[in-house]
Amino acid sequence: MEYLLIFITAVFVNNIVLSQFLGICPFLGVSKKIETSLGMGAAVAFVLTLSTIVTYLLQKLVLNPFNLQYLQTLAFILVIAALVQMVEIILKKTSPALYQALGIYLPLITTNCCVLGVAILVIQKDYSLLQSVVYAFSTAIGFALALTVFAGIREQLSMVNIPKGMQGMSIVLVTAGLLSLAFMGFSGVDGGLHALFGLK
Amino acid sequence: MNYLKIFFNGLIKENPTFVLLLGMCPTLATTTSAINGLSMGLATMFVLICSNVAISSIKKLTPDMVRIPVFVVVIAAFVTILQLMMQAYVPSINKALGIYIPLIVVNCIILGRAEAFACKNGPIESLIDGLGIGSGFTIALTILGSVRELLGAGSIFGFNIYPETYNILLFVLPPGAFITLGFLIAIVNKIKRA
Repeated sequence: MEYLLIFITAVFVNNIVLSQFLGICPFLGVSKKIETSLGMGAAVAFVLTLSTIVTYLLQKLVLNPFNLQYLQTLAFILVIAALVQMVEIILKKTSPALYQALGIYLPLITTNCCVLGVAILVIQKDYSLLQSVVYAFSTAIGFALALTVFAGIREQLSMVNIPKGMQGMSIVLVTAGLLSLAFMGFSGVDGGLHALFGLK
Repeated sequence: MNYLKIFFNGLIKENPTFVLLLGMCPTLATTTSAINGLSMGLATMFVLICSNVAISSIKKLTPDMVRIPVFVVVIAAFVTILQLMMQAYVPSINKALGIYIPLIVVNCIILGRAEAFACKNGPIESLIDGLGIGSGFTIALTILGSVRELLGAGSIFGFNIYPETYNILLFVLPPGAFITLGFLIAIVNKIKRA
């Protein structure tokens, strides 16, 4: 039940893009078409879950025992960059079909701040390994959901007349604001579920 | 003269927030008040200037193949320095900005300037470029923070301007960030065209 709560909170209540502002660049950049945003979402889900496991183990097995917590930022970003490269190479060799689908998005993920953000957040929240994995995966689902819904809206938006000054990024940001407003409707749901299941 | 040109290029012509739309995550997340926006801008500017100078000084020593990882390590080192300094001297601001301080590492402005400017120019030009882009970012964040604080909390930099009854809470919440930036960009577009 606890894991379901983490899932619902990460996908709807504290959506990584719309309420925590992590991963805005791909959210604005690759949300012009539904297919590309689905591809990006899948690539993020894959890398985010994998990198969270690796950085979590790095923190607990290397940084904490040797009192090297201050190297967290440096170590995490290096591990994530190396991991993304490695995933790219492995996918290319073992599963060309998946590589075809995710390939172009992978290099973009290194600078996607939600990967580093989630890696740091699970340490700050003091999650266990399983909780971290669930959290990372749900966050990625939340990211993919926001991205896909937004791409759907933008496809419609490209067919209407927009005032001159608002064209381009301006209207996109206002739309994102309205979507974020819609997601705010979920706030409080996590508290209610906590009360319902008698968790702290 | 040339230095002035580099500075104003970063400040206005290539303003990272309003023109290039880079580094959106901290821009939207930390501008709940003018002071938070200003501190985030200054923190990013510090890392940007240091990394620009360092990268332009070591550009002859870095092989082209591994240039991006080298840049990232340099940037991460300066972010760590910044993190430790902020924890020591301004713990309250550090707490308010939270996770967005370590996330300066993945701010595309910094890596972008390293790649587009610092690895092609000398340390002094890179310093000026860092100052220009950094000020452009800081000013943009301060403006965004001020507008949101004014509309959402009725104050600017903590000075109360109108009573609480008229506050539009939406503007300090996440949707307000998107909407305010959207309209600010529309205004900038309008000014540019005029």
